[in-house]
Amino acid sequence: MLNVNGLTISFTSREGTTRAVDNVNFSVTAGSTTAIIGESGSGKSVSCYGLLGLIPQPPGRIESGSALFLDTDLLRLNKHALRQIRGRDIAMVFQDPMTCLNPYMRVGAQLMEPLRYHRGASQSEAKRQALDLMAEVGIRDPEITINYYPYQFSGGMRQRVMIAMALINEPSLLIADEPTTALDVTVQAQILKLLSDIQLRRNIGILMISHDLAVVADIADQIIVMQEGKVVECGDRAAIFERPQHPYTRKLLASIPQGQKIPSSISSNPLVSVRNLCSWFKQDNETVKAVNDVSFDIYRGEVLGLVGESGSGKSTLGRSLLNLVPATSGQILFDGHEVISLAASELKSLRRRMQIIFQDPFASLNPRMTVYDTLAEPLLLHKLETRSSAAGRVLEIMDEVGLARSYVRKYPHEFSGGQRQRIAIGRALASRPDFIVADEAVSALDVTIQAQILDLMKTLAQEYGLTMLFISHDLAVIRQLADRVVVLQNGEIVEQAETTALFEYPQQDYTRRLLEAIPGKSLL
Amino acid sequence: MSTTSINALVDAEQGSSLWRDAWLRLSRNRPALAGFAVLTLFVLVAILTPWVAPYDYAQQNLELGATPPSADHWLGTDIFGRDLLTQIMYGGRISLAVGFIATAVALLIGVSWGAIAGYMGGRIDAVMMRLVDILYALPFMIFIVLLMVVFGRNMLLLFLAIGAVEWLTMARIMRAQVQSLRQQEFVEAAVSLGLSPLAIIWRHVIPNALGPIIVYTTLTVPSVMLLEAFLSFLGLGVQPPETSWGLLISFGTETMEEYPWLLFFPGLVLAITLFALNFLGDGLRDALDVRGAKD
Repeated sequence: MLNVNGLTISFTSREGTTRAVDNVNFSVTAGSTTAIIGESGSGKSVSCYGLLGLIPQPPGRIESGSALFLDTDLLRLNKHALRQIRGRDIAMVFQDPMTCLNPYMRVGAQLMEPLRYHRGASQSEAKRQALDLMAEVGIRDPEITINYYPYQFSGGMRQRVMIAMALINEPSLLIADEPTTALDVTVQAQILKLLSDIQLRRNIGILMISHDLAVVADIADQIIVMQEGKVVECGDRAAIFERPQHPYTRKLLASIPQGQKIPSSISSNPLVSVRNLCSWFKQDNETVKAVNDVSFDIYRGEVLGLVGESGSGKSTLGRSLLNLVPATSGQILFDGHEVISLAASELKSLRRRMQIIFQDPFASLNPRMTVYDTLAEPLLLHKLETRSSAAGRVLEIMDEVGLARSYVRKYPHEFSGGQRQRIAIGRALASRPDFIVADEAVSALDVTIQAQILDLMKTLAQEYGLTMLFISHDLAVIRQLADRVVVLQNGEIVEQAETTALFEYPQQDYTRRLLEAIPGKSLL
Repeated sequence: MSTTSINALVDAEQGSSLWRDAWLRLSRNRPALAGFAVLTLFVLVAILTPWVAPYDYAQQNLELGATPPSADHWLGTDIFGRDLLTQIMYGGRISLAVGFIATAVALLIGVSWGAIAGYMGGRIDAVMMRLVDILYALPFMIFIVLLMVVFGRNMLLLFLAIGAVEWLTMARIMRAQVQSLRQQEFVEAAVSLGLSPLAIIWRHVIPNALGPIIVYTTLTVPSVMLLEAFLSFLGLGVQPPETSWGLLISFGTETMEEYPWLLFFPGLVLAITLFALNFLGDGLRDALDVRGAKD
């Protein structure tokens, strides 16, 4: 159906011309799924956007190649003809549904608009079709939710709306660019299931872009692996997973989180004790019980995994341990000190001992502070070093987290996501804390980088003798790092157990559901 | 230790980098430097005016009257035969002082007020911003006239009065910036490091909010200068024979058809000042935006 041959796209910038896509071939057949896999910057998105005339030209330029779609060469079409095809025959689903929906327009109206204007359907006909589509993509109670605004939907439901919109014109090809990357694993599993259901029903071709081999393991028929603009390996699913040829493919496979931490010897002496902790807040005159009557211990030297979907209260819980969000009631003991009711001066000395690593390394670093300033701040604040001695320690920290010393005067925007997360880890470790909360610390990273950062955290946790609360929505990641796991749902603990026990004998349905959702588990 | 790590150590020790880097970038920005040079020149001239002015500013020559530029009077004379260059030089003392001091007052109060209100949030924010709203609602003219009536006509008071009005908008801009910055994770990270609220505002919030503030500041300076002219015109600011650029322009407008140079030269000087300010402001904004840096 789609046959891309020798596609080469280059970008011209101040530094010169770079080939973002270099002689790339792939094809999609009706009723099957082709996945393009690669890290950020590998050219996977550019190749697909280039086909549809969605890259700005200049600086971009399609140098050569052909893209036969139902006997038309997309690359030879003028803008107008391409726009026709784009809406009608080829539809797209993007990573972030929130930015693709008009926030001020009811979802139903957004679905009906193209039906009314492009297909000339009457109001009632358009509404009927919109309801059908919403039902098809698995949105519950479409009669009611058709009047919702996008913000009233969860991330997964919004992605379903996006898929419904993509299906309006009954396309024969669906391009999905990281459609599940912004979603929780459980929701991811549902969306992937939905995509393959639709494919079966409508016999459409799907071209899926992802950085994660595990995600496509269950649905892709053909897999293209891209690195630095070139296709390094392609083949059907079995060939790629069972007989990977190229070292890069093997590296990607090895990055799929698997394996388990060897349980370390843990003292029975808790560093953090949480008793009946509640963290409620008011929203629209309703009390949201983000964390509700939660009790657990974190023992010295252990990594406690905290797993739950978005909205389960896991981030609020992590932040209330550090007194970053106020707790409503309950007790948090850190090494015998009551955290909640502490005076400001005592809190400051306690803050040195407990730190946090955030999910988004682009938001968690002050864009106007160099690596030096960021890492030196905790050292100077807690008087661990003097102005003259701080530099040596800063460079030491950079060595520990694997940043080249020559980067010391660079600003955050000059680094990649993985490098930024290294800076954030360095900042958290600078004051030599005893306890670290890692809040989805690897979720925003590409899988290969994710594996590296997890390794780094493992090593450093041992070197520093850290106690850690590792928060994630992904059990596969938690399994690699945690000694024990707490499962959180709707602000309450549903299960807590040693990691091995939890994976082998999950007691609760909810835990089983989370285990089911681990992407690529068919590989393990 | 290898040379690279020694270099890194030296680099690291040079300390607080944002301002140093900003200065380096600014010094490479030619329009901004030119703007800075022009402003410095004007300020120097304003300071030295009593010694370098060619004539006495109050000295009238009614027989001479208004004359176009000549060898004796480079920029001509006004209807009372006073040298225009001298008038502009003396006027610059008032206008620049009003412009910079009142803006500085507005900047100082507005930025700290807005930053504190925005960062603290809740009740503190509500009380602080309601006060701003109340001051907004006060008719500005009545406020100034009252001040003048109570305290008499006084240059210092003029500065303060204008500054006290201009800071309101500054505070609102700053508060909006800070409210969005406060949600950012790097601010939360700073809290978890144990920094005090004031240290967080100073080190993490203000540097990231400066862009719009600088732009607004460069817009405030000229509007303050014109405000002074307006007040003086009403008899609340400087009074003849003392003068300011604003006053010269408003007198120049009245006689524009007969003696155009009386409007042209003061207007030109004001325009040059505003251009210089804009170039400097843009340069400062770019210099402080590390992301725009092209190294």
